[in-house]
Amino acid sequence: MAGVVSYHRSSHTAVRERHINEAPAVRWLLIGIAVLFIGLMIILPLAVVIAESLKKGAGVYFDAISHPDAMAALKLTLLTALIVVPLNAVFGLLVAWAISKFKFRGKQLLMTLIDLPFAVSPVIAGLVFVLLFGAQGYFGPWLAEHDIKIIFAVPGIIIATLFITVPFVAREIIPLMQQQGITEEEAAVSLGARGFQVFWRVTLPNIKWGLLYGLILCNARAMGEFGAVSVVSGHIRGRTNTLPLHVEILYNEYQFSAAFAIASLLMLLAIVTLIVKAIVEWKEQNQLKRNSPSH
Amino acid sequence: MAKRSIIPGFRLTLGLSLFYLSILVFIPLAIIFIKSFELSAAEFWSTVTNPRVVASYRVSFITALCAALINTVFGLIVAWVLVRYSFPGKKLLDAVVDIPFALPTAVAGIALTALYAKNGWIGSLLEPLGIKAAYSPLGIIIALTFIGIPFVVRTVQPVIEDLEKDMEEAAVMLGAYRLRTFFQVILPTLYPALLTGFTLAFARGIGEYGSVVFISGNMPMVTEISPLLIMTKLEQYDYAGATAIAAVMLIVSFLLLLLINLLQWRMNRRMTANS
Repeated sequence: MAGVVSYHRSSHTAVRERHINEAPAVRWLLIGIAVLFIGLMIILPLAVVIAESLKKGAGVYFDAISHPDAMAALKLTLLTALIVVPLNAVFGLLVAWAISKFKFRGKQLLMTLIDLPFAVSPVIAGLVFVLLFGAQGYFGPWLAEHDIKIIFAVPGIIIATLFITVPFVAREIIPLMQQQGITEEEAAVSLGARGFQVFWRVTLPNIKWGLLYGLILCNARAMGEFGAVSVVSGHIRGRTNTLPLHVEILYNEYQFSAAFAIASLLMLLAIVTLIVKAIVEWKEQNQLKRNSPSH
Repeated sequence: MAKRSIIPGFRLTLGLSLFYLSILVFIPLAIIFIKSFELSAAEFWSTVTNPRVVASYRVSFITALCAALINTVFGLIVAWVLVRYSFPGKKLLDAVVDIPFALPTAVAGIALTALYAKNGWIGSLLEPLGIKAAYSPLGIIIALTFIGIPFVVRTVQPVIEDLEKDMEEAAVMLGAYRLRTFFQVILPTLYPALLTGFTLAFARGIGEYGSVVFISGNMPMVTEISPLLIMTKLEQYDYAGATAIAAVMLIVSFLLLLLINLLQWRMNRRMTANS
């Protein structure tokens, strides 16, 4: 469901006449409440991560980050994102093409079904793959016979992350492609362009910024997923631990500074994601301005 | 079915999409229900109505409800302030609202726990007042509030942006005070968006795991949420029990998803009717 509301638009504050605006005192009170709420609920937790990670000094911080288990977790996290993001991007583009360029019955239902992984608890997402591929699962005996390990191994982590992040790219680009309509593509086809050429030359340039944001959002969730991965991972150090799971292990062993040091890396990922979002919005606004010079 | 179009690739893209969704999402989810049928009706019923399980539904439901309500009130204020006023730091405030989407839930979990524990920055202030935040239901509400912030703000924000000021002008001309204009003219037009945001935050809260496990203390009957109970059953190799609870949760999630889509469909219809 994240994608449903993450659809961004340009925000602008129009100058409003005084008689339909609030009194200054009310205005500042509301601003105060908003700033206090966001400060208390979002900024303060971020500040805590930094404070706690540096509590025992920079030495402990860098030791935690450069520990072999942390490096292994980082590698696994990167590997997972490297496999998951492109697959879900291809799916997002395919399904967005079908939904935005054609009329067919059941389109609304399909869009709801894409959101399904958002609605399911991450723990349940992990559970389904244990039921399928675990030792007692439906494919368990067959997998054991062929010496293939999915649960408590890397493939399980990748599959569970794949499930969780299915909607991200699709949700970002479907509204965008619907807005663009089909006239440009129709023109391209009537001028003799082939299928993939139409996509590559006409559609992609129009959606590139939205696509980039979808990718980065998908990446953030893929690297940060905890619940689903926790169920299928088995928490084997150096082998099936992703960064978020490594944070949990360190935390449960009361190595708080180390846990927060790894957490600060993941926080950095979130901040980079939001910076990319800001850049994308800025680029989109520029594109809009260029397309409509009268504004 | 499909209207004839000169644009190529309908069958290919739709077919591949459905195939991908089927093997990755539909079939795996169906397994939950198939597996549930392996239990007899009586076994299923006694599993999902076990007192500890019922207590976990209650904890999950009430905390998610409280968090979604808090977010509806404050989310409306934040969205209003972001659209209507200009003040220093507004851009930053707007950007920061998305942090809960981008921050891994485990990080949120340990950060909030450190903040609200007895010796934490806020926890140490609450302690003398006799309020226990971390390791209590209040802690779960705090974590779920964090997780749900963007949902209400980002659903309500565009609707406030699109509000026609004619209506407000008319209300003022008819002699309405600002407060009355707000409650009788503006707020009713925001109801659908608020309700959608509330439902999104609530649905997310019910399934949330990562941010909650650290701060809740996980005491059975008191602060044990349903997703955690599934996890516990799995660790005890009680697959049938875990699946039965998951089936109940899935049905609730499906109903919420249906409601959200219904609300959004109505909202879109109203917005297109207005423009």
